[in-house]
Amino acid sequence: MNATRAEIARPDRQAGRSRSGPTPPDGQDAQSRRKGPRRRRNEALPLLLPALLPVALFSMFPLVQGIYLGFTDSRAGLDQVTHFTGLENYRDLLDNGLFWESFRIGLVWAFSVTILQFVASLGLALLLNQDLRLRWLARTLALVPWAMPPVVIAIMWRMMFNPNSGPINSWVRGLGFSGDFNLLGDFNTALPAVIVVGVWVGMPQTTITLLAGLQSMDSSMHEAAEVDGAGALRRLVHVTLPSLRPIIAAITSLDFIWNFNQFALVYVLTRGGPGGETMLPMLFSYNEAFRYGHYGMAAAMGNVMVLIIVAMLFFYLRNRLRENA
Amino acid sequence: MSVRAHPTRTRSLQYVALAGYLIFLGFPLLWMLSTAFKSSQELADITPRLIPSDPILDNFGDAIDRADLVHAGANSLQVALATTVLVIAMTLPAAYGLVRYKTWLRPVTLSWILIGQVFPVILVAIPLFLILDQFSLTDSLVGLTIVHAVYALPFGLWMLQGYITAIPRDVEEAGAVDGAGRLRILVSIILPLLRPGVVATALFTFIASWNEFFFALVLIQDPDKYTLPRTLVRFVGASDQVQLGPLAAGALLATLPSLVFFLLIQRRLTAGLLSGAVKG
Repeated sequence: MNATRAEIARPDRQAGRSRSGPTPPDGQDAQSRRKGPRRRRNEALPLLLPALLPVALFSMFPLVQGIYLGFTDSRAGLDQVTHFTGLENYRDLLDNGLFWESFRIGLVWAFSVTILQFVASLGLALLLNQDLRLRWLARTLALVPWAMPPVVIAIMWRMMFNPNSGPINSWVRGLGFSGDFNLLGDFNTALPAVIVVGVWVGMPQTTITLLAGLQSMDSSMHEAAEVDGAGALRRLVHVTLPSLRPIIAAITSLDFIWNFNQFALVYVLTRGGPGGETMLPMLFSYNEAFRYGHYGMAAAMGNVMVLIIVAMLFFYLRNRLRENA
Repeated sequence: MSVRAHPTRTRSLQYVALAGYLIFLGFPLLWMLSTAFKSSQELADITPRLIPSDPILDNFGDAIDRADLVHAGANSLQVALATTVLVIAMTLPAAYGLVRYKTWLRPVTLSWILIGQVFPVILVAIPLFLILDQFSLTDSLVGLTIVHAVYALPFGLWMLQGYITAIPRDVEEAGAVDGAGRLRILVSIILPLLRPGVVATALFTFIASWNEFFFALVLIQDPDKYTLPRTLVRFVGASDQVQLGPLAAGALLATLPSLVFFLLIQRRLTAGLLSGAVKG
């Protein structure tokens, strides 16, 4: 997010400069303005239109409509008439225990996965930043989940967790427990098991982003700290992490959003089971919309999800900014 | 600290940690690979082994027949290729426009990419389903292609504009001085320089479409038009213990194209991300 903020800020500044009226800051700028900013903008529009039109039609418009649906009683069916119902969906949601349970599960999932992803990826990024043998292998392996269809990843982990032929089951038995362990099918272990898979899936983006941050770090601070006698752990806590802070804030925010909105992985792993124990909000609202046909209610859930994400990000990033100040 | 007094101990601890990561990241992949070569008798064995005792190839043929992988693969290929062509055709001019003409659209586009992440797809999926239904584009590979293209577009745009930014303006201006027109400059100067960027963006788009599941689930009901991920999920539902081998084989086959493409662009992708992330 930090990188993008800088990207966004740049053209803004330039636009501001050319808008700043008849006082030319330097010769080059005056020259480029003589061509006329209006003409240049007209030239850009036909280039941009083929990309903007489909996005507006099939992405922005449906999104606005989807947000609106959350305030209606829209249902599937041929002769259904949709009425605007205001906040009624949200009042119904307040009484819907299953929905809140799904949200609790969604938050436990998103927080656990994001935090574990961060810790695991930071460790790996620190190792990849060292001159170790087999570094290339770890780096390639860390990226592979990115290239795999989420459906295949879920199928693969179902095999790992398989109660009969899965290796995890036989490891558990090897620890002295007896019987078959269906970790994905057990009330107590389903959510932790799914979280492990979530961490595995999210390693690529987080590791590469953190590694990029490490590699762009100024090494002189590190060396100075080392000369002053700071050990590896203290250097990590007092030098490395503070200077990575903007990157950490950006990637953990994005990870949280992606995790909270996760669907395909858990859909294939457990379908939200057993007994709704892994029913993430996305799965809940998918069922509501496309199994039961309650479009309005499902969209209302989507709106609540957006509110929760925005609220979380607000508190998280506000604290970050304060720490920086 | 004692760590500095024992540099070799630190090193070996690092290798232990690295080995841990290699196992965590690599073992599930090896396991799926090995399952694909195991017979149903071996899969029923109570003590599973990583190396199949009697590796067989039957699972691959089984998967292709039973899960109708060829047909689903053809559907996936059709959608992914069309999506890629559409995305490149739409983003190439737009990325150039965004970089060379500093309009207000640039910050708007870049913020849309970020803001778009916050909204769960369910909000878009319901109206999109209703809209496409009106044009008889549900249960249609054309409809799915349109949706994939629109959703891959913002990121493709972002990738391409990064590559265009890297082309110095002087190159273009030199062309202009030599009397080349705008179109001429674009086709004979910019495009050749941009080829690596276009290839990377195209492969990335292909992978995204090939792997996509949610919209394929929502928009396609007719098994005849299932894409690979959709077909595999149906196969999961139908599979019992005996079918694990074919399932692993099918999953492996479905991953191969995107994995190969990914390995092709891996270096460039990480390099791009590495340089992109440090700009701030």
